[in-house]
Amino acid sequence: MLENKDLLGIRYLSPFEILSIIHTAEKMKLKIDNKKLRENILENYNIVTLFYENSTRTKMSFSMAGKYLGAKVTDLGVATSSVNKGESLIDTGITLDQMGFDIMVIRHSMSGTANLLARNVKASVINAGDGINEHPTQALLDLFTIYEKKKNFQDLKVAIIGDIVHSRVARSNIFGLKKLGAEVVVCGPATLVDKNIECLGAKVTTDIKEALKDADVVMGLRIQLERQKGGLFPDLREYSQTFGVNKELMQYAKEDAILLHPGPVNRGVELTTELIDGEQSLIHEQVKNGVAVRMAIIDLLMERRKKDEVTDTKWPASGSLVQDGWEKRYIG
Amino acid sequence: MVEDGKIIALADKIEDSADRIIDAEGLWVTPGLIDVHVHLREPGYEYKETIKTGSRAAAKGGFTTICCMPNTNPVIDNEILVEYIKMKAEREALVNVLPIGSITKGQKGEELSNIGKMVEAGICAISEDGKSVENAGLLKKAMKYASMYNIPVLSHCEDKSLAGDGVMNAGEMAQRLGMKGISADSEEVIVARDIILGRSTGVKLHICHISTAGSVQLIKEAKMRGEKVTAEVCPHHFSLTDEAVEGYDANTKMNPPLRSKKDVESIKQALKENIIEIIATDHAPHHIDEKNCEYDKAAFGIVGLETAVALGITHLVEEGVLSPLELIEKMSTNPAKLLGINKGSLETGKIADITLIDPNEEYVIDVNHFESKSKNSPFHGYKVKGRVKYTIVAGKIVLDNGEIVD
Repeated sequence: MLENKDLLGIRYLSPFEILSIIHTAEKMKLKIDNKKLRENILENYNIVTLFYENSTRTKMSFSMAGKYLGAKVTDLGVATSSVNKGESLIDTGITLDQMGFDIMVIRHSMSGTANLLARNVKASVINAGDGINEHPTQALLDLFTIYEKKKNFQDLKVAIIGDIVHSRVARSNIFGLKKLGAEVVVCGPATLVDKNIECLGAKVTTDIKEALKDADVVMGLRIQLERQKGGLFPDLREYSQTFGVNKELMQYAKEDAILLHPGPVNRGVELTTELIDGEQSLIHEQVKNGVAVRMAIIDLLMERRKKDEVTDTKWPASGSLVQDGWEKRYIG
Repeated sequence: MVEDGKIIALADKIEDSADRIIDAEGLWVTPGLIDVHVHLREPGYEYKETIKTGSRAAAKGGFTTICCMPNTNPVIDNEILVEYIKMKAEREALVNVLPIGSITKGQKGEELSNIGKMVEAGICAISEDGKSVENAGLLKKAMKYASMYNIPVLSHCEDKSLAGDGVMNAGEMAQRLGMKGISADSEEVIVARDIILGRSTGVKLHICHISTAGSVQLIKEAKMRGEKVTAEVCPHHFSLTDEAVEGYDANTKMNPPLRSKKDVESIKQALKENIIEIIATDHAPHHIDEKNCEYDKAAFGIVGLETAVALGITHLVEEGVLSPLELIEKMSTNPAKLLGINKGSLETGKIADITLIDPNEEYVIDVNHFESKSKNSPFHGYKVKGRVKYTIVAGKIVLDNGEIVD
């Protein structure tokens, strides 16, 4: 069970909650492979996906996760909805809330948007990526994938390579890995890695060999082409030759190191094709684990909800600010 | 003692009879407060604030004179618009309203506004507030031109190419919250530029709402060189740090943003050393719909007229940064000096702009009690000490024991 109504970020989860999601995901994964194990535990539950930003895999993954649990999943289709007529996010949220959705999955280009929605609706909100802030379900599926191979997080060295500044995936992973006792090194061009990120417990380097040295996990991040236009690096050729991970560089990592990437991959830019399709790569496994983790999250949030419906107590929205005189206390 | 709008006697005890006697036992009796940085939003954005409602907020906050920034719609860039504001203020305002003209036409940064004609019509200063004049050559010409009339140039310091689409202070807190940052250097680069241009033109340069330790340092150095630069700070920049942004409440979003603890400490020290001689509110009203939304989308700015005195007493006087007298100097005497107006002191024969403050009253700020049309304040629910009890403008009581007199 989860402490809060919503899943807004890894920042608000306890290590115990993260592990309980991982353990639940292990059981859920079996249901993906074996139809007989599927019970419609969330029949009569309704999930809506609100994607204000394009996504294929995350949206499909949530959709499949809901369906495997027997819930009905509806996509708002932001592009064709009244959002296009200028409806505010809060108004959209309240409208959907009144229709009785139990879960709202939101992706948005602005940081903190999931928190805003969660504050204004009774439904449980799952953050599917907000601006450059967090992408908690991606990090949880990464953690689950690491757990399956390594069975432990203590003292693992995880190297995250690429555009760290704009990456909600990197940030959520740093929060999660640090909570579970791993060591995190982030590496990329100085314009794409902010030294301030050390306050989250990650080490920063611009030397890719140093980053990869003795790593247990190597995580590549998608490099977005528009960043180059913003003057953050000269061109893709220089980027891939300086920070692209290839087989030779991968030798610096431990022999049993695993390779992750949140996808979609620019083949030959962040990672070479050889590595993507190689033995160390778990990139395809991550996709399946993504569905399992999202099933686990939905299940655990609804467990909370079922209990709440029985006892009829109110619980506070996670990530909301409670002001108590001078003190600003944070829940979650 | 006040008669016909003027102070006629000043003493602890006056025996003469009067129509109205205010018992000032336990209260500070100060020259009427002057705010050199207010947005009244009229014309153009009357849904946020009007000259009428903004002046009521001023009266509530103890301000007898407020200077309104020209970033309205249309921008105050010619004498006709200055006359409009003066006319509206005459009719509807409870306090003195001094218009500020823009530096460039339409604040487009291309051609000089009708500065001379606006001075004739009664502007007290020029400013491009809301942004900087990007073109340094044009700004230099504006400064030279303004020096001819001896009016101050109020400089908003922000390099847009450095601030980018940041929404809060660039630093650890932005990192924790996953928000785009506004770096300190985006302010400091322009503070440095404007100080240099101020020196070469000899204009009365005033730096608006400084927020970083680096800006403090630049101003300190300029003063040590003997240059005539002045600076202001807003109450929120000495009361809150960027930690207040936790929770993504857009009422903590303003420009310049709430900065780090180190910056706040440096600003307090600068107030103490009188490197910063003016406290101004940058009262920036916005409609609730412009704040109760995505943080990135929300408007920059908070209201400040009705919380300034309390925050000054709570954070500066109570914490021993300033004496009561120094606080009032920064909120009345020094602003009057900057503007070159015959206000900011209590003397017989002067116009009776007076503020009475109870420095000991403790309460919790409630935005629902604001006179301002807008309620966008991060200080809702905040415990403070110090309340304005009476505001007197030219002998007329406009705030009577905490209540607005219409």
